[in-house]
Amino acid sequence: MSYLTRRALVKGGTAVAAASVLTGPALLEWAKAWAQNAPWKPEKGAKLSMLRWKYFVQAEDDAFVKLIEAFSKATGVPVEISRESYEDVQPKASVAANTGTGPDLFWGLYSLPHLFPQKCMDVSDVTDYLGKKYGGWVESAVQYGKSGNKWICVPICYSGNMVNYRLEASKKAGFSKIPDKTDGFLEYAKAMKKNNTPGGFALGHASGDGNGWVHWCLWSHGGNTVDKTDKVIINSPETAKALEYAKALYAEMIPGVASWNDASNNKAFLAGEINWTDNGISIYVAAQKDPTKKNIAEDMDHSFWPTGPIGKPTELHLMYPVLGMTYTKYPQACKALMAFMLEADNFNPWIESAQGYLTHCLNAYDKNPVWTADPKRAPFREAAKRSLTAGGLGSVGEKAATAIADFVVLDMFANYCTGREDVKGSIAIADRQLKRIYR
Amino acid sequence: MAIALDSRPMRDVTAWNQLKTNRNWLAIWFMLPAAAFLILFLAYPLGLGVWLSFTDARLGRDGIFVGFENYEYLWEDSIFWLSVFNTLLYTSVASIIKFAVGLYLALLLNERLPFKAIIRAVVLIPFIVPTVLSAIAFWWLFDPQFSIISWSLKKMGLITANIDFLGDVWNARWSVIFANIWRGVPFVAITLLAGLQTVSPSLYEAATIDGATTWQRFRYITYPLLTPIIAVVMTFSVLFTFTDFQLIWVMTRGGPVNATHLMATFSYQRAIMSGYLGEGAAISTAMIPFLLGAILVSWFGLQRRKWQQGESND
Repeated sequence: MSYLTRRALVKGGTAVAAASVLTGPALLEWAKAWAQNAPWKPEKGAKLSMLRWKYFVQAEDDAFVKLIEAFSKATGVPVEISRESYEDVQPKASVAANTGTGPDLFWGLYSLPHLFPQKCMDVSDVTDYLGKKYGGWVESAVQYGKSGNKWICVPICYSGNMVNYRLEASKKAGFSKIPDKTDGFLEYAKAMKKNNTPGGFALGHASGDGNGWVHWCLWSHGGNTVDKTDKVIINSPETAKALEYAKALYAEMIPGVASWNDASNNKAFLAGEINWTDNGISIYVAAQKDPTKKNIAEDMDHSFWPTGPIGKPTELHLMYPVLGMTYTKYPQACKALMAFMLEADNFNPWIESAQGYLTHCLNAYDKNPVWTADPKRAPFREAAKRSLTAGGLGSVGEKAATAIADFVVLDMFANYCTGREDVKGSIAIADRQLKRIYR
Repeated sequence: MAIALDSRPMRDVTAWNQLKTNRNWLAIWFMLPAAAFLILFLAYPLGLGVWLSFTDARLGRDGIFVGFENYEYLWEDSIFWLSVFNTLLYTSVASIIKFAVGLYLALLLNERLPFKAIIRAVVLIPFIVPTVLSAIAFWWLFDPQFSIISWSLKKMGLITANIDFLGDVWNARWSVIFANIWRGVPFVAITLLAGLQTVSPSLYEAATIDGATTWQRFRYITYPLLTPIIAVVMTFSVLFTFTDFQLIWVMTRGGPVNATHLMATFSYQRAIMSGYLGEGAAISTAMIPFLLGAILVSWFGLQRRKWQQGESND
């Protein structure tokens, strides 16, 4: 299989969102100056290739391309970008890790570096530099980034996964916003269904939206896959409570969610078939762009997840780190690029063009105007801070990554909600799988 | 004219000379390119897969030999047995229906029809279209919200709510089986048609003169003469269906709740997506006994009559 889909890199000059701090020659000048002073000097004749996930918001990709061009011009290192649908980044990276050849850098999902930590470059120097310069990393980013004592990846951003809902339909059901407790949320779902304006959460193998809601459901009721010593504790009354809640919620959802992947809820929401779901900001952005869907953009909003009996936020947001592979011939060039991506003059315009899709993990970027320009984006600013890590109480590492990739928790919920297994059976299957993963 | 005589004694034939003219030696060299190809692309991956199934290799690092541990784990794994059940169900139902429909189609196409060549070409199209494309088309056809089938039936007033094709466990199974049948029938039909063409019309004439009915003609002439072709085409069809990956992966990814996971897709999920290369290899290796069984059944079961040479049945 050819995992290096080569596409022409240069798409410069296309529409980038307004309020870029530096553009054109000014950016280039700054970048050159940066390259002179950066602690990582690319090797002579370095050439990099990077595999990233296919953009959800076009403007973000355009800004990214500009950023990479500036880097190339400043350092003389050409960077070839290839894009894969984001579920395919992990298999391709895994194969590259296994075979020892492939792209030098991967920008993928949080679990990625932990699937093959020994094949990832030690980037503690880059993260120290960035942490000191930009107000420190958020807690979950630190946990994700490190394996043992060293950083094996540089957290670039989070993609928040929040509750998206339609305002009119919710008002008609008697709710002006999403309730902030899980009991209230169930009432909300019941009322919405009664009015024939149901919603839905994905129960198919949707690695973003599906995992997001089932982990929220599990954790908010006090259930956990493992404790902090990585002992499997999924078989607990709290897990059973979470399953019961999910089943009750499932009854109020639109039929067909068990076959949903990550894109299905976007399609359904934009077609008006569902009125509440969980998603990044991509639905809102798509609705704003499409003139026929502007009414949906005006009629929708985002909300934090409700808190459950446990009493505090228990959300799972996707983190996208960039990792360099140990087989690369140009490690200094890789580190230079990683640092370059997160420098303020690059990162600020970039997350602005993402229009809320990317959330920063360095505290200094709280001040970026993208969060205040549109109040509907506000919940996403907190995504990094509110997120728990994959693995819950346990380690973030290969085991948590495998558990997520194998959809253990998601299948447990799907089994019970669809009636395929009873409570004991669903938990037993998950328990067995987790014991094998965490032994 | 002086003839240069070979001054060597006549009996001195070197070993090299012998080797040069040895037919077996030459045969080995002629076979080498084909053998190298097969060994490199068939035997080696197969051997490596079986070896991996006995290790705990993960994607990203090599494993150590662990004996039957992967198999022991899979023996107790309910999802594995579910995938075995799904694969057997999928293969048997799809193959039987493909055979029936394919045979029927072949018999129809064997008749004198106008535009026969064009019809045969059209019949072959589902098989030629890349599987992924037809799978994506079926995925849209069966979408829980946007299916044209649901829409049409609603417009006709026959149903009131969308049909949950791919979200309900049994609906999903029948949907993928249907897609597989749609895709596989042409292969069976065209191959059987080729076989039908070899049946000598004089046999039919003789039978008709003797007063045989259509069914008797089919039962005693067509079917026996067709059995070697059936053996071949059904072997291939069963093999392809059993190891089907693309159709399932594109349409359902093995869902909902693993209800359409075949052993091939399950092996991919365990090996590549979860990173358990050894376990995934064990799942793929577990397919081998079934496939061998299928080949043996068709090969021996359907090949027992040697009527083509006019010998008596064995």
